[in-house]
Order: sequence, then C-alpha cells, then structure tokens
Amino acid sequence: MKNRTFFWFILPSLITMLLFIALPIVSVAVQSLHIEHEAVMVEVENCGPFGCKQELQVDVEETAKLKEERPLGQFNGLGTYTNRNHLAFSEIGLAWRSSTGLVDFMSKALNLPFYRALAFTLTYTFVVTPLVIIFGFMIALGVNTLPKRIKGPTIFISLLPMIVTPLIGSLILFWMIDANGILGATLQRIFDDPNLSLKASPALTWIMLMVYGVWHSAPFAFIVFYAGLQTVPADTMEAAMIDGASRWERTRYVVLPHLMPLTVFISLIQLMDNFRVFEPIVSFSAQASATSLSWIIYNDLVGTESQFFGSAGATSVLTIIGVSILLIPVLIRTWRDFNQKVV
Amino acid sequence: MSDIVHRRSPVLNIIIWGLVLVWIVAAGFPFLWTLWGSFKVQGDFFSKADWTNAVYGVRTQIETGGAFTGKGYYGAWVTKEFWIAALNTSIVVVSVVIISLTLGTLGGYALARSGKKYAFYLLMLALVFRAMPHITLVSGYLLPFFEWNLWGHLPTAIIVMVAINQPFTLWMLHSFFLNIPKDLDESAMVDGCTRFQAFRHVIVPVMWPGVVTTGLFSFLLAYNDFTVTATLLSQANQTMVPKIASFLGTTQTEGNVMFAVAAVVSATAPLFVLILFFQRQIVSGLTAGAVKG
Repeated sequence: MKNRTFFWFILPSLITMLLFIALPIVSVAVQSLHIEHEAVMVEVENCGPFGCKQELQVDVEETAKLKEERPLGQFNGLGTYTNRNHLAFSEIGLAWRSSTGLVDFMSKALNLPFYRALAFTLTYTFVVTPLVIIFGFMIALGVNTLPKRIKGPTIFISLLPMIVTPLIGSLILFWMIDANGILGATLQRIFDDPNLSLKASPALTWIMLMVYGVWHSAPFAFIVFYAGLQTVPADTMEAAMIDGASRWERTRYVVLPHLMPLTVFISLIQLMDNFRVFEPIVSFSAQASATSLSWIIYNDLVGTESQFFGSAGATSVLTIIGVSILLIPVLIRTWRDFNQKVV
Repeated sequence: MSDIVHRRSPVLNIIIWGLVLVWIVAAGFPFLWTLWGSFKVQGDFFSKADWTNAVYGVRTQIETGGAFTGKGYYGAWVTKEFWIAALNTSIVVVSVVIISLTLGTLGGYALARSGKKYAFYLLMLALVFRAMPHITLVSGYLLPFFEWNLWGHLPTAIIVMVAINQPFTLWMLHSFFLNIPKDLDESAMVDGCTRFQAFRHVIVPVMWPGVVTTGLFSFLLAYNDFTVTATLLSQANQTMVPKIASFLGTTQTEGNVMFAVAAVVSATAPLFVLILFFQRQIVSGLTAGAVKG
C-alpha cells in the first residue's frame, strides 16, 4: 500500500488516539508539576468597639481572578511527588529511622495513602492473576468433558460474570454478602457470630475483592483455554496413549505444553487489567480498608469541595510508570511474534 | 477412538461434574437471586432472620398483598428517572459503536495491507495506549474540558470513549483483515479501482463477520464503562452505570435500596440478551487474539 493512501486511511483513527490518549498523558505530566493556587490574603483593618486590629482575610475576588488567569495553578516542580500523599520520602525516611523492625516499618509505611493503595493494587494483581489461570484451566478441562448438548448453556452461564458491567457485577455480590444478604446472614449463622461482617474487617474486605476479581476474570481464561483444548493435536495424544501414559501424564506432558503460549497470553493481559482495579472498590464501598491506585486518582478528581488536579496528575504519572513496567514483557513478546512471522 | 480417550473412572467423573456444577452455581446463581429478589421488598431481599423469606416473599405479602411487587422498578424508572439514563446510555453506546467501527475498519484495513515497518510500530503504539488505565487519561481531560466548556456533554464522552476504544478495535480488525485474501482487493485494483474503491466494493461486502464481532466488544466497552461516564458527564446527562453508582449514596439513606436493585437488573437485561444471540461471536472474538497470535 502506498504511503499516501495508508496515511489517509489511518488518519481519523490516529487523530482520535493522539488527541485523547497521547495528549492527556502529556497533560497529566504537566498537571503533576503544578499545584492549586493558595488563597490570596489581604490585610484588612477591622475596627470594633475595642479599637482597631489588623486581620488577614481571604480575598475571594482576587483568588477567583488568579484561578481564571492561570487555571493550571502554580508551578510546584516535583513537590507533589514527594509530599505525604505520594512518595512521601521524608515520612518513609522517618519511619525507617524510628521503627523497631521491618514489620513496624511496613505498618508505618502502609499508613501513607500512596503505599496503602500500591500495596493493595500489587497484592490484588499478583493474587488474582494466577488464581484466574488455575480456575480457568480447571473449568475448561471440566467443561470439555461435558456432553455436547449441555456445553452451550454452560458456556452461556460462564460468560455472565465477565460480560456484566464490573460495577454491577460487584454490586450483585456485595448485596449477597451484606450482613442481611443471603451469604452474609448465612455465614453469621454458621459461625454463630451476629457481629461477623465482611465489610468491617480489612482482611475480609481484601479477600472479598479478590474473590470478585477471580469470579469476574476466570471466564476469560476459561474461554481461551477451552478454545486451546479443541486444538490439542490428536496424533500426539494417541502416541502418548500407545506409550502407556496415564490420564494425568497426558494432561501434564501433552495438554499443558500445548496451552503454554495461551497461559502467557492470559497472564500478560490479566496483569495489565488487574492493575487497574477500581470499580469493585466503589461498589463494595471498601475505601476504608482497601484503596487502589486508580481509586485514589478518582477520589482526587471527584472531590466534593475541590478537585486536586496536581495530586491526581502525580498519582497518574506514577501509575503509568507501573503499567509500563508490566507492559515490557507484552511488547517483547509481540515484537518477537511479529519478527517470526516476517521470517 | 474418541470413546477410549473419553472413558474415565467414575470417581474422576464425579469430581469433574462436581467442579463444573460448583462453577455454574457460582457464575449463575447471583444473577438469578438478584433477579428474583428485585421483585420483593427490602425486608425480604435483605432478610437477616431467614433467607427463605426472599424465596416466598413473606414481608412482600404483608406489605403489598402479593408475592411479587414491581415497586422497585417503578421507583427506579419513574421516581428516580432511570429512563433518562437508559436513553443516554443508548445514545452513547450506539454512537460509540458506529464511530469506532467506521474509524477502526479504515485504520485496521490500512494496517493489515501496508506491510511497512511503520504499520507495525503503530500497532505497538496502540498496544501501549490500550494498557493505559482509563482513569489516568481522564485526569488529563478534566482540566482542559472544564476550561473549554466541553465538560458534561454526551458528545464529549462519546468521542473520548471512541478514542479509548480505538487501540483494541484497530488490533482486532487488523487481524480480521489479515484473514481476507490480499488477491481480492488487489485484483480489483488491477481492474482499475483506486484503493478506496477496492475497499468499498470488494472488502466491505465480505468484512461483516469481523465487524460484528468487533462491534460487540465496542458495545461492551461503552456500555460497561464507569470511569469515563462517571467523571465526564454532568448529573443531567448521566448514563445508567454512574446513575446506579449515585443511587448507592442516596437510596441507602432513604431506605430505597430496592430501587438500585431494580436498576441493576434492568441494566443487566440487555447484556443477557446480547450473550444469548451473540455467544458464538463473543467466544470467537475472545480467542481470536490468543489462538492466532
């Protein structure tokens, strides 16, 4: 295809991506270097019955004007990155010097909002991803042995948790584990503890969020593995059987190696997607016990009194750095695939 | 042959069937339960005393005189004006699907036929763009959109979602176009068509299966989105998902949780129908990237 023709075909698509994906990333980086204006103060003479006093007052008009003129705020350099709400270097340093042991240090660090969110995001990502693969694989093996007639309906039901809106799916689970919901109330009866609440305990909240994550993503792994199982080479399978391989050995030495590339594919996609975990925290109202990087950005943006663009920008940049690290293996793999195809 | 492969010991059979059964219940029961419960009153759906209340509708009988009630639905759709949100959602979703498919087919076709190195770099760039968490992009939009008075309108959210959708659409359609033989459009060009004419008259008639599959995923992205619609739309223009999220704050205090439950069921219904009719396309779309690539 000629370069000119290519250019005209791709142009509309490219423009939207540059305007609404590339530019915002730049805009986020610029925002992160700025901070909201401080209120302009004026000295007013306040005269009362007991004489006159000089007082400082917020000059509302001037503040609004300043905001109007420079909506981005004032330049702050890397100040936002190092403050208490983000990387918190000084607090971390202080905690390191003053803490008695590693556990003490960790608990102090996890009181800082950014590290708290980072800890949950990473735990979620690296717990949910392997579980999704394991469950997806087991379901695929199971469904593959079902009679043909009930495979269709089984796949239909299996798709539901993945297709349904994440916010809605997590709400449905949340209502069931509510203290008065079917699962919550039943658990209370089983453990005979009327105060048992999955919402009140941070540990249980983390577990619930991860259970949701596995429930939501396992169908994806299942479908991909299931499709892979249809293409297991029959010759190799027969040869293994003639050599006397047991069912377990056939699964271990024929099926698993065949599905390995799919496993890599699923885990790369899942790592990137799980790193964004956000909606379940909103649905579960879990922010007291668990926050994620995406959630703290959202929280800065929808603040009731004012929005903290600088703070949201800094967290966004840090999140993008995190995603980029997870992205490197994906890029390497795509690169290699492409070059293999060309050769 | 296949009989021998599939002969298993009864114990293994029981384990496998048990596992599949557990999964089916885990995947399907929450939806069934919520659908059933949405026709009850709050005292039944959230019954501390006995979960069977929700099955028989004990409190529903007392409060409304029947075993089922449509009160939640009336409250959500009429009192809380959920119909406006539903209307907004349909506008947004239809526009996003049409625009992103139009842009995506043109771009995807070009990427599939180019064969140049830069086409590959563009695909890699699209992959990087796909990985960006949506909320980080949104935090880049808000300030400029406020300044230029673009914030809060449906078209803004639509074009943003089209853009966020593009990387995925490009990748998917690119791989579909790779499967359409090159000879088809090239022979048309030998006969004197320009590239665009060849695309229009030869490729467009045969591309629909791929476009339908990609369209389904664009639909899902737009329909399921919370991040963009919750932050970029004003209260009046809210779509269903952020509307449900805002129900959570208000209805919990007013004791109208059932409104939210009814709204959730209403918003799930179209997805249900979608899977019912397009199950095959969804499955093939999910596996397209994995099995081929």
